[in-house]
Amino acid sequence: MEKITGAEAMMRALENEGVDILFGYPGGSIMPTYDALYDHKKTLNHILVRHEQGAVHAAQGYARVSGKVGCAIVTSGPGATNTITGIADAMIDSTPLVVIAGQVGVAMLGTDAFQEVDVVGVTSPISKWSYQIRRAEDIAWAVARAFYIAKSGRPGPVVLDFAKNAQTGMVEYEPAKADFIRSYDPDPDLNEEEIREAAKMINESVKPFVLVGQGVELGNAREELKAFLEKADMPCGTTFLGLSAIESDHRLNKGILGMHGNLGPNVMTNKCDLLIAVGMRFDDRVTGNLATYAKQAKIIHFDIDRSEFNKNVKVNLSVHGDCKKSLAAVTKLLDKATHTSWIDGFKPYEEKEYQKVIDKALHPTEGPLLMGEVIRKVSEATNNAGIMVTDVGQNQLFACRYFKFTKARSVVTSGGLGTMGFGIPAAIGATFGAPDRTVCLFVGDGGLQMTIQEFGTIMEQGAPVKMILLNNNYLGNVRQWQEMFFSHRYSFTPMLNPNYELIAKGYGIPAKTVVERSELDAAIKEMLATPGPYLLQCAIMEEDNVMPMVPPGANIDEMILEYKSK
Amino acid sequence: MAFGGQCGECTECGKCERLLNGQTNDDSIKKEEKKMEQDNSVRLYTFIIYSENVPGLLSQITAVYTRRQVNIESLNVCASSTPGAHKYTITAYCTRTMAEMLTKQIEKKIDVLQANVFTDDDIFINETCLLKISTPIMLENKDVCRMVRLHQAHIVEVNSIYATIEKTGITSDILSLYDSLKTLGCVLQFVRSGRICITKDYTEHLDEYLADREKKRNAK
Ligand SMILES: Cc1ncc(C[n+]2csc(CCOP(=O)(O)OP(=O)(O)O)c2C)c(N)n1
Ligand SMILES: [Mg+2]
Repeated sequence: MEKITGAEAMMRALENEGVDILFGYPGGSIMPTYDALYDHKKTLNHILVRHEQGAVHAAQGYARVSGKVGCAIVTSGPGATNTITGIADAMIDSTPLVVIAGQVGVAMLGTDAFQEVDVVGVTSPISKWSYQIRRAEDIAWAVARAFYIAKSGRPGPVVLDFAKNAQTGMVEYEPAKADFIRSYDPDPDLNEEEIREAAKMINESVKPFVLVGQGVELGNAREELKAFLEKADMPCGTTFLGLSAIESDHRLNKGILGMHGNLGPNVMTNKCDLLIAVGMRFDDRVTGNLATYAKQAKIIHFDIDRSEFNKNVKVNLSVHGDCKKSLAAVTKLLDKATHTSWIDGFKPYEEKEYQKVIDKALHPTEGPLLMGEVIRKVSEATNNAGIMVTDVGQNQLFACRYFKFTKARSVVTSGGLGTMGFGIPAAIGATFGAPDRTVCLFVGDGGLQMTIQEFGTIMEQGAPVKMILLNNNYLGNVRQWQEMFFSHRYSFTPMLNPNYELIAKGYGIPAKTVVERSELDAAIKEMLATPGPYLLQCAIMEEDNVMPMVPPGANIDEMILEYKSK
Repeated sequence: MAFGGQCGECTECGKCERLLNGQTNDDSIKKEEKKMEQDNSVRLYTFIIYSENVPGLLSQITAVYTRRQVNIESLNVCASSTPGAHKYTITAYCTRTMAEMLTKQIEKKIDVLQANVFTDDDIFINETCLLKISTPIMLENKDVCRMVRLHQAHIVEVNSIYATIEKTGITSDILSLYDSLKTLGCVLQFVRSGRICITKDYTEHLDEYLADREKKRNAK
């Protein structure tokens, strides 16, 4: 059999996994692999980013919208450490990734060699699996296993630490397949008893309320969820990451859970008699004060990850397994029901929130532009069929509140880690993961500058990212907390901003700034009509607050609707 | 809470309705409180973990304890009777709730086969200690040898300077031997092995798990 280099074997192993795109950045310890990549340019589209953090976030954006495994490739040492934020982000948000990092040769390991970092040691706690490939012979096996682990069960990031001697070593390559690891069961059998008990509890409930998380999207279980909700006529609320798991306008979708979510779902969490969580993990931003969280209700938790059961919230019943299967199995046993008066009970809260918050956010008649109105207009201009990518901060919270969804896999936001700088590279990745869809990025003036170098990637690739810069001249979200909880002391949150329009134009990205409300519609239209990338800067009211809000540590049903600055 | 009651109709959101619905019936409260007490009282738990024999897993497992702020009391790692599988025996003081959370988070590691938690009632425990004691004091004070015999420990080596004593047993017996010898002022060194144990169960969980997995592999 013909012998090839480990680097060439890596290329073939990636192709064998169906990889057709890599986000990366070269360097010394990964050079043999980049050399092999040169001969695979036709099959492996390598996107050169401008910083390794960008490579991982781009791979995340790609994975989130496509449902495939995102792949990043970087060099050792600083290249590898630059990926840490993205790996941690993917871990907490369950995004399937394979990150390949070069490493010094095994003879040099442990000697503090040039650009040597203990990558497995550093990434083990923040990845699903981290493995050092020390010999060319292990490549086929390790790559197959990496992809299997990344995408199966509860997805997550996998790191391959690729020693230089393994890249240059010669090997007889044979493709490997991984679909079984005896210590890891990604598709646990359903437990009949749990299914029957869940159905019984739901059939007995008069005020059921369903919490929908990203697990529904990750499990491709949108249809199963809808059948489940509709058969028993159960209202639901979603987490940020679960936003597009069900259409925004579905009759039973009552809105967003948690700190900056909607009033109805938060209040009703503490009024329902049965709380049914599906593929979500009771994050503290969703639950508020745990001591008073849904104490009146029985709780059922559907999840594929057993370690989530009873972690934050004690539940009466856990249903372990892939929710695509468990929801379908429970639905079969459900009685057809109607809960009209219970569902109507959401209305007063919806009306109150509309009147006190939403109407003002969407239809201001005077004063500077507001984030809410811009976001809703962009959403509607895409027929609510676009992909929403956000950075972190007020821009993110407003985007999640006011963007609307009709299609699956339309949310790309950093949920668990709240990573500023996530937005631009993730949006680039999303344009490759869903080339037929409109990718709208909402980003703040702070976060934009954390990965602004990726304008270079956008320019080079012509990546059609529609960037809406919501510029309030502040690190707005932190400023809001300073206003509300730190006596209005704006400690290092005001920012002197550069001319972003000029910067974008320097990168050949068409850009425009909107100050007047009357110009907004036309500007959005122009942005969407312009092929390729675009930066639309909106001059946003400087000291606006995201409302409503459950103050940190407060009970989930104690939302502040209005906040008057003192 | 300063912001209380701004959302619903009542001033103490949710609470009043909960009371009206009579869901906080006395008996169930007492039952729940008792269970909570059990779940929340701190005691010594023994974790038995089986993993594949791959490098780097030990630090991943101990990191789970560190992250949850649980201190490891003792740790013993060795090849197990199942070929290819390593066995970790770890003891730590924590609540039952925490112990269960820890086992699930450890079991989540890809190469971990199984993690289970036990109290001392569920397992047969053994621990070894070695004591180095002063030979002159031993010869001078007859109580030293008496204590060694009383605790069913053996002397494994003697020379003119020191004697080495070995004792195997449960933790409290070992500590009792150490305490009494220490009182006699003869202890030069004292080391303990950390505990090993076997379960009192009639079923072998690991074997069952592996058989089950094998079945799944064959079904593929
Ligand atoms: C990497 C990182 N550093 C710091 C923070 C803390 N942080 C959260 S929101 C925020 C302000 C964001 O400002 P900007 O990007 O302008 O968005 P805005 O809130 O104004 O919309 C900061 C500093 C973070 N989430 N991530
Ligand atoms: Mg800002």
